[in-house]
Amino acid sequence: MTRPKTSKTEAVVLRQVPSGEADALLVLFTPERGKVRAMARGVRRPSSKLGGHLEPLDRVTLLLAQGQNLDVVAQAHLLHSNLGLRESLEALACGWYLADLVDAFTPDEAPNPALYDLLVEALGWLEESPQPALLLRWFELQLLGLAGYRPEVYRCVACRQPLASQGHAFSLPDGGVVCPDCRTGQEALAPLSLTALKVLRYLIDNGFPQARRLRWEAPLSQEVEVFLAQYIRYILEREVRSAAFLHRLEAWRRRSAAPATL
Amino acid sequence: MTFPSFFPGATPVVRLIEAFHRLPGIGPKTAQRLTYYLIRTSPEEARALAEAILGVKERIRFCSICQNMTEADPCSLCGDASRDRTTLCVVEEPLDALALERTRYYRGLYHVLHGAISPLNNVGPEDLKVAELLERLKGGQVREVVLATNPNLEGEATAMYLHRLVAPLGVRVTRLARGLPSGGDLEYADEVTLTRALEGRQDMR
Repeated sequence: MTRPKTSKTEAVVLRQVPSGEADALLVLFTPERGKVRAMARGVRRPSSKLGGHLEPLDRVTLLLAQGQNLDVVAQAHLLHSNLGLRESLEALACGWYLADLVDAFTPDEAPNPALYDLLVEALGWLEESPQPALLLRWFELQLLGLAGYRPEVYRCVACRQPLASQGHAFSLPDGGVVCPDCRTGQEALAPLSLTALKVLRYLIDNGFPQARRLRWEAPLSQEVEVFLAQYIRYILEREVRSAAFLHRLEAWRRRSAAPATL
Repeated sequence: MTFPSFFPGATPVVRLIEAFHRLPGIGPKTAQRLTYYLIRTSPEEARALAEAILGVKERIRFCSICQNMTEADPCSLCGDASRDRTTLCVVEEPLDALALERTRYYRGLYHVLHGAISPLNNVGPEDLKVAELLERLKGGQVREVVLATNPNLEGEATAMYLHRLVAPLGVRVTRLARGLPSGGDLEYADEVTLTRALEGRQDMR
């Protein structure tokens, strides 16, 4: 496949890895080409005219020039800055997590415009959302769907029968709920309560404007969080790096009375 | 990158080229040029270079107070009685302290974190010299902490994180101003920088 020497594209910057004297390797997520790596020359110098436009979580339009190995950023223009996220450590940690998930679930150069829209939408909600936990769970489920790992929560993955109300468990390798009759006892199972299952259905089937109306208390939200973390870890076969920082802030918030320790 | 052995029996040459090539900012061609330059120089010059490299590795360590690079511990800045001991400037890397020192404006002390929080690159607060910073503040002598981390996302996160840790100790926490670089061109400045520059505008004096 031949591409023109330069191409203009919109992108969300997922990650910036310092390289050489003042360059940076950018991991970009674009609607047309999916995840793209590009070199931004001199971007770490204060006087670089690219500088402030290419930070992680910024949405930009770029002119990319085809290089020998990597594309090179020729021009950059900021569409929407991460300014709203920079005001709060929690929002920033959540934004990092969203970008990290997209990075982890996408191969290079595989277009997924719906996922791009999802990421942009979620970053937008993050700036105003008073309930980042709900947003993160909604995003995780939507992302799983768009990446081809949508959990089956309506029918048993083995016998395809609608689920009865009792005895649910989630089969991690099959990516769905198995009914008590089909369970062999061999598969890797994650427990899942009926209420949590209903929450999953609600978050999968609804856009965030509806999903954000959900009110849930700590034990339930934690069950869903732990379950999704387990499913994601099973698919990726590794931890999501940025989740650790998120958990640290969360733990900090809970015992905010005594923050003067690490 | 591996280099073909151009000359059978000249493995020391290849070894040196590869060693140079591993350095940041040095490509294969530069590595070759440096190597052939050294082959032609006098033995004294080559020895001086080798000793300088070893000297750095053997004699330089981190100051037990400010964590900066130093030959003597505590470092010359921490040991300098004329420095203002009530102000502490927190920077990411030793080179940042050097840059600030070049201004000759700042008269306080430094604290080097050796990095910034970057969850995507697996750097958390526990990987930085944060505990050492809090330990220094316990002395009660410091009245202001200047957060001079980089004005990028990682630096901002680090600054916010440190602010939360330090503010409850009753120490004044400040952040370096952000705005337009000298010699820059307004039309190329991004919205974030311009917003910050407007926020931080000052009366003409």
